Amino acid sequence: MSMAASKENLRQLVSALAEAAAGVGDMALMEICGTHTVCLFRSGIKSLMPGNVRLISGPGCPVCVTSCGYLDAACELAARKDVIIATYGDMVRVPGRTDSLEAARGRGAAVEVVYSARDAVKLARENPGRNVVFLAVGFETTTPATAAAVLEAEAAGLGNFFILPGHKVLMPALEALLSSDAAAIDGFLCPGHVSVILGWSAYRPIAQKYRKPCVVVGFEPANMLEGILRLIRQVAAGQAKVENAYSVAVTEAGNAPARAMIERVFEPAATQWRAMGSIPASGLALRGCYARFDARAKFRVEFGPDYEPPGCRCGEVIQGRIEPPSCGLFGVRCSPATPVGPCMVSSEGTCAAWYKYNLHRPGR
Amino acid sequence: MCLAVPGRIVEILGGGGSAPALGPVATVDFQGSRVEVSLAMAPEAGIGQWVLVHAGFAIAVLDEDEARRTWEYLQAGGAGEMPEQLQAGGGK
Repeated sequence: MSMAASKENLRQLVSALAEAAAGVGDMALMEICGTHTVCLFRSGIKSLMPGNVRLISGPGCPVCVTSCGYLDAACELAARKDVIIATYGDMVRVPGRTDSLEAARGRGAAVEVVYSARDAVKLARENPGRNVVFLAVGFETTTPATAAAVLEAEAAGLGNFFILPGHKVLMPALEALLSSDAAAIDGFLCPGHVSVILGWSAYRPIAQKYRKPCVVVGFEPANMLEGILRLIRQVAAGQAKVENAYSVAVTEAGNAPARAMIERVFEPAATQWRAMGSIPASGLALRGCYARFDARAKFRVEFGPDYEPPGCRCGEVIQGRIEPPSCGLFGVRCSPATPVGPCMVSSEGTCAAWYKYNLHRPGR
Repeated sequence: MCLAVPGRIVEILGGGGSAPALGPVATVDFQGSRVEVSLAMAPEAGIGQWVLVHAGFAIAVLDEDEARRTWEYLQAGGAGEMPEQLQAGGGK
């Protein structure tokens, strides 16, 4: 499609959207993916919404939903001379209760940023005299890679590779959110790449049990607009179906080999979410036969209690209960240069996106 | 964190490369830069096909037109506006 044609396509989508929303009551549509958060801001889609359509962010930024207790355990491990922490870059600056990996690195701790869990295995191979701990966070898109890394480490007989288990399972969290606050959400823009793994059929309970429309979308502006349009049409018609607007990559059943890899290595377990408490079956623990890869057992660390810095309202932000400007710290004491909470630290955090794209544009 | 990037398979190396447990490995071209990618989660993928790659794994086989559109968008997104993870080579 030429640039002009694609612009025209976008224009048509935006006017179709306004038409579909006209005369319908106020609605809040929740996206549950940090990458979507960023795309909605960067593409300008958020500012193109009709007055009665509010786009809100849910618990979709993996860094933001990670509890403070997890970060504290990571910092405790980083302080050990025999440990190298291998982590996705976004985790480095997130503050724990009293420390961050960035600060630990400044004091000489070995904190390595990796692109993949497999790079952490490579690190373990190259450093036989030290223990590599991979910070295993993220939703179903990233989990298969961690499972593969554990299998790879096992096949290679590595005794110095560990993970700090912090993976999250999307569906139980959505159900928890709906159980506590269903009225506030009118529909879901479902995450494209998590859905590649889960398949769009995973959202059926949300549509059937909670009567909330769900549309799976990709990451291009036209595709996101199309997804929003489909959601608005469902809300306007009082429907609650699962639709797939990202059919080029997402199937009904999802990626079975990837899920099989997760199931081989992990089993469901309750896990702590930032501000949302412990949610049953929303996390993953290593199965017994892979328990020796759990850094908690090896180094005797535990996940402490969750904690939010005084005044920080990230917990409400990740549940879509407030928008960042409602937090007294936002833009005052908390900015990307001096972040207080994880939603401002993470490049995919809702507060960071609001700050970057909205703050200096009054009237939005 | 859950971002994945499309690339085209130019070669299938067979075996598991550095990790035999993980099935075949392919060389995937991302607009000129070539990366070794595991096909453990997309065993049906073949040479010439576009795949969606996340953290070193192909997670879906893509339609070619769609893959090109995604690339165009990612590139048109403006270098200054790109999230850091993309510049680093595909997110996490």
